[in-house]
Amino acid sequence: MPPSDASALINFDQVVKRFGDLTVLDHLDFSVAPGERVTLIGPSGSGKTTILRLLMTLEKVTEGLIEVDGEPFSHMPRGGRMVPANEAYLRPRRKRIGMVFQQFNLFPNMTVRKNLTEAPVHVLGLSRGEANARAEELLDLVGLSDKVDAHPTQLSGGQQQRVAIARALAMRPEILLLDEVTSALDPELVAGVLDVLRTVAETTDITMLCVTHEMGFARDVSHRVLMFDKGRIAEEGTPDEIFGDPREDRTKEFLRSVLDNGH
Amino acid sequence: MFWDFEWTFQILPDLMRGLAVTVQATLLGYLIALVLGLAIAMVRRVPVVGTAVHAVMEFVRTTPLLVQLVFVFALAPSTVSALTVGIAVLGVHYSAYTAEVYRSGIEGVARGQWEAARALSLPASRTWGAVVLPQAIRKVIPALGNYLIAMFKDTPLLLAITVVELLAMARQVGSADFRVVEAFTVVGFLFLLVSIPSAIIIRRLERRYAAV
Ligand SMILES: Nc1ncnc2c1ncn2[C@@H]1O[C@H](COP(=O)(O)OP(=O)(O)OP(=O)(O)O)[C@@H](O)[C@H]1O
Ligand SMILES: [Mg+2]
Repeated sequence: MPPSDASALINFDQVVKRFGDLTVLDHLDFSVAPGERVTLIGPSGSGKTTILRLLMTLEKVTEGLIEVDGEPFSHMPRGGRMVPANEAYLRPRRKRIGMVFQQFNLFPNMTVRKNLTEAPVHVLGLSRGEANARAEELLDLVGLSDKVDAHPTQLSGGQQQRVAIARALAMRPEILLLDEVTSALDPELVAGVLDVLRTVAETTDITMLCVTHEMGFARDVSHRVLMFDKGRIAEEGTPDEIFGDPREDRTKEFLRSVLDNGH
Repeated sequence: MFWDFEWTFQILPDLMRGLAVTVQATLLGYLIALVLGLAIAMVRRVPVVGTAVHAVMEFVRTTPLLVQLVFVFALAPSTVSALTVGIAVLGVHYSAYTAEVYRSGIEGVARGQWEAARALSLPASRTWGAVVLPQAIRKVIPALGNYLIAMFKDTPLLLAITVVELLAMARQVGSADFRVVEAFTVVGFLFLLVSIPSAIIIRRLERRYAAV
């Protein structure tokens, strides 16, 4: 087994993920440096979402190991062996990771304020006052200060997604996972959400893993692009290399198909 | 005379007292069914234990309430009052139904809600208490209400274990004076008096929560 990169914040070491007979990730190796922003692209079913879900502990790895900050994350050491991480082990570690979903997944039974303060109060132990101040600051960032007492159902998709970004940021995560966060939006609402994410990228040093079909956005904010195909990395490089001068036929073909779809 | 009004008014206070006991027994039983059913629905999601609990509840649901009442009353120590046994059995019996209602409500909560709660590292108590249950229960309030009405219809079964409640009362009074028609008619009327308003309240709640 190759020694993992000591400076990496996230490290996938020979990670395999199977759903029954279907191998979704096939001995995947890659790492992400602290503060790095990485965009994952690739055809449907290539395993992009699965990578984010493994990091968010919404799925379990089948084989291999995920490390975060040089520590085992998918597994934990016990009795000289590595066993799948249990909830007690994951609890303090998962807090460092936040995720924004394609379908927003705001809590419809809570106001915007409650959505933003629930976890800071009950997970981080902030006082109501501190959590409220943080919520208001973040709503200002996403341009929705006037919606603090609204319910999610009263908001447009774009507004809901901006609240969802604020909710994830309220936990002050070191790692932010973004899974096609504009795919469920009407075209005219996409720009507002991407602008918020551009600001987050410019003003924070949060490590970002971003699955997106918005190639312009990917080009602007990411340091590196990984092109996936069939659960493996087909090609990787800087945005200029991947978008401007792709080497692999699969990458060229994929980029052409994305452009044809009007993105 | 076919209908004896004087006698009807004479037994009315006794019947009203019986009605009060019935309503009391039903409401207490309903409270048990609401709380226990929820606990069962939650435990059912725990691997092995959930399957065992499900099997027990399936048994409770498929045996008649009357049989359960007689059986438990026969086994219960004599220090426990018949009414207490009646309330407990009614509550446990109906919790087998309310558990199914809660379960359907819980399963109706989108997977994304659980995932968002996990992504925020919410503890189980908040995931259930602040995210899942408020959404699940809101959807099943009408179904839970229907079981309250169903329980009112079943309370005369408490007669079987000599609980002094409405129908039991009617039979005692009615057969002694041979005025069975009056007694049972009034009892039927009183039951309507309770179940119609509760049906209306439930319909209201249903509309109110469906709108949100
Ligand atoms: N829970 C699951 N059970 C079974 N198969 C699954 C499950 N989750 C994902 N898959 C399968 O795994 C494969 C990879 O899925 P994944 O969602 O990671 O792809 P993706 O690259 O995000 O695709 P897309 O661009 O369509 O979102 C797909 O074939 C998918 O059907
Ligand atoms: Mg996906």
